[in-house]
Amino acid sequence: MFPEVGKATVRVLERLGQTVGFPAEQTCCGQMHVNTGYQKQALPLVERFADVFAAYDAIVAPSGSCVGSVRHQHAVIAKRFGSPGLVEQVEAVAAKTYELSEFLVDVLGVTDVGAYFPHRVTYHPTCHSLRMLRVGDKPIQLLRAVEALELVELPDADQCCGFGGTFAIKNSDTSMAMLADKMRSVLDTGAEMCTAGDSSCLMHIGGGLSRIRAGAKTVHLAQILAATRDDPMVLGRAERQAEVHAGPEAVL
Amino acid sequence: MLGLPTMPPPAPRGVGNLRGEEKFPDAARRALADTQLRRNLGKATTTIRAKRAQVVAELPDWEELREAGRQLKVHTMAHLPDYLAQLESAVSARGGVVHWARDAAEANRIVVDLVRGKGVDEVVKVKSMATQEIGLNEALEAVGVAALETDLAELIVQLGHDKPSHILVPAIHRNRAEIREIFLREMADVDPTLTDEPAALAGAARQHLRRKFLSAKVAISGANFGIAETGTLGVVESEGNGRMCLTLPDTLITIMGIEKLVPRWQDLEVFLQLLPRSSTGERMNPYTSMWTGVTPGDGPQEFHLILLDNGRTAVLADADGRDALNCIRCSACLNVCPVYQRTGGHAYGSVYPGPIGAILSPQLTGIEDNASLPYASSLCGACYDVCPVKINIPEILVHLRAKHTETYAAEHRVPSAEASAMSAAAWVMSSPNRWTYALRGGRLGRMLGRKRGVIGEVPLPLAKQWTDARDFARPPKQTFRDWWAAEHGGER
Repeated sequence: MFPEVGKATVRVLERLGQTVGFPAEQTCCGQMHVNTGYQKQALPLVERFADVFAAYDAIVAPSGSCVGSVRHQHAVIAKRFGSPGLVEQVEAVAAKTYELSEFLVDVLGVTDVGAYFPHRVTYHPTCHSLRMLRVGDKPIQLLRAVEALELVELPDADQCCGFGGTFAIKNSDTSMAMLADKMRSVLDTGAEMCTAGDSSCLMHIGGGLSRIRAGAKTVHLAQILAATRDDPMVLGRAERQAEVHAGPEAVL
Repeated sequence: MLGLPTMPPPAPRGVGNLRGEEKFPDAARRALADTQLRRNLGKATTTIRAKRAQVVAELPDWEELREAGRQLKVHTMAHLPDYLAQLESAVSARGGVVHWARDAAEANRIVVDLVRGKGVDEVVKVKSMATQEIGLNEALEAVGVAALETDLAELIVQLGHDKPSHILVPAIHRNRAEIREIFLREMADVDPTLTDEPAALAGAARQHLRRKFLSAKVAISGANFGIAETGTLGVVESEGNGRMCLTLPDTLITIMGIEKLVPRWQDLEVFLQLLPRSSTGERMNPYTSMWTGVTPGDGPQEFHLILLDNGRTAVLADADGRDALNCIRCSACLNVCPVYQRTGGHAYGSVYPGPIGAILSPQLTGIEDNASLPYASSLCGACYDVCPVKINIPEILVHLRAKHTETYAAEHRVPSAEASAMSAAAWVMSSPNRWTYALRGGRLGRMLGRKRGVIGEVPLPLAKQWTDARDFARPPKQTFRDWWAAEHGGER
């Protein structure tokens, strides 16, 4: 859905000297299935994840909720439907699976990734990053180190944006009411962009901002960290102008 | 009870207030449009939330207290039959009478018989969730007994012919102007010049209630705690009206859910710190009343304790859901819940609203009767963070969603549309080739949204629910996989 986020993640990691692989056999972590109540259907996805990534030193995902699912839900599914061997396997893989900011700050010990992003930005700590993974201020540390970036605090930042996976569809009215408040908070900051570590929440917030022609948009943390003086993120390029406020992938 | 081959029964249908009339999304839609409700709730929850955060931050050992509370509850639930028997003997030894009620209907019948035996047509009530749960007021009314709520907020709800919308602050959906209007309309003896000043409103209620306290022969209460070791029951409250009920009438009838037990007197040290800080954001609640059986010459001379199951044993039977019984009814989860804060309690149908209600109600009634509640959450996790006994509400919500879909699948030969879609998605995601093609196929979506560069409203099922309020990015020309293959092709 959002190839720019994946590309940006690869760019940042490679710039920091990491050897990045993308095993084409990977598909999805299965969070949507588990959270909607289809645990058994998630089993093949859990097995696939554990198999495909077993050989790597670290697994990095630019998504707090996907990492949350791997860390907290895969073992539940394995215990319920899989073999004891699978439980061990998923626990081993989960232990080396990191959300991007965790990997950069905790594993690589880096906060300044050499990024350049001359914009006014506010940060939304997505619920799963905040309360499931407890990433704390790691994304903030990374953002503070970005050259030329003006970071403004988001009021009521810890409030859910209202995405919640299939919640956004099943309870769309409540989801929209939550979104309305989140958009107001974002706009109150006067930021050009709201960033976060989850494309799904950004798709929701960005989609709402675009709908009301708010003049603010969303961008993934990885995209900010990937931008440099030599290879900046160019906004408002004529042929891209319209796409810019659509969501994280549209910011080029 | 344990060891029986059949599953324990859920709370029966047709009695009590555990089931709503419509599904959560439909009830929520109406509530969301009520601007007065939104304003009242937003203001009240934000205020209580801030108060709670402040007093919790004062305690350096808050996390240890939470853990102690959790462990005490887990231990109690694991030994519930023993502790219940211990409580029964302790209460009986101190002159109380213990009754066992399998469900709401049985509990109501026991109370009705006791009240009728006293020949009264009016009883006073202490605020109690258990009696709301079983619909006791309705049962008493059916036999011509008026049950007078004496908690100020419950009184507002009762006079307004309304339903409670919050566990602790049942009239949270009302503001003071609305309360004034209800009092003027419903209190026969009210001063017609009553203003909407909180003190004036409280004064009117006090005057209205005081006469009732003095004349009532029978009081009915719930209990926050029942101590197995001593047979002591406890109620914590803010107003003192509860204590009036607990001490003035001759007969006291207490209805307590079987999960409200704690093993020892000493355990209250933990819970009396956790509860007020979590609920009203106070260091200590103004009134804590404790009573043990009957004390000759002091307080009620007849005491009945009704131990209520009403689906609780069924909850206890589910190892992945039973922690819902650990709840001490503080309401902290309601006050921080972004869903509750916007929809209010009535949308949940049950007397137990909010995150705890979403895991408790469907378990008490059986999942099929409250199937929409486990989905009434974005799984943001704020509830788990504030729960004083560390109930992992998001995890239980996810568990109940699975229970729902699996129960449905077991009872229907044709899978639901959603189940089919999920199976199809799993099938696609089980093969990297199919997944790659599916992602590439997304490019078809580029036919949409060319004018503005984003996809606006799409009037198709599911797409509509998303695009009603949110634009959708046009799918990319090149997928990440294709980019990777082009840039890093062959590299693994």
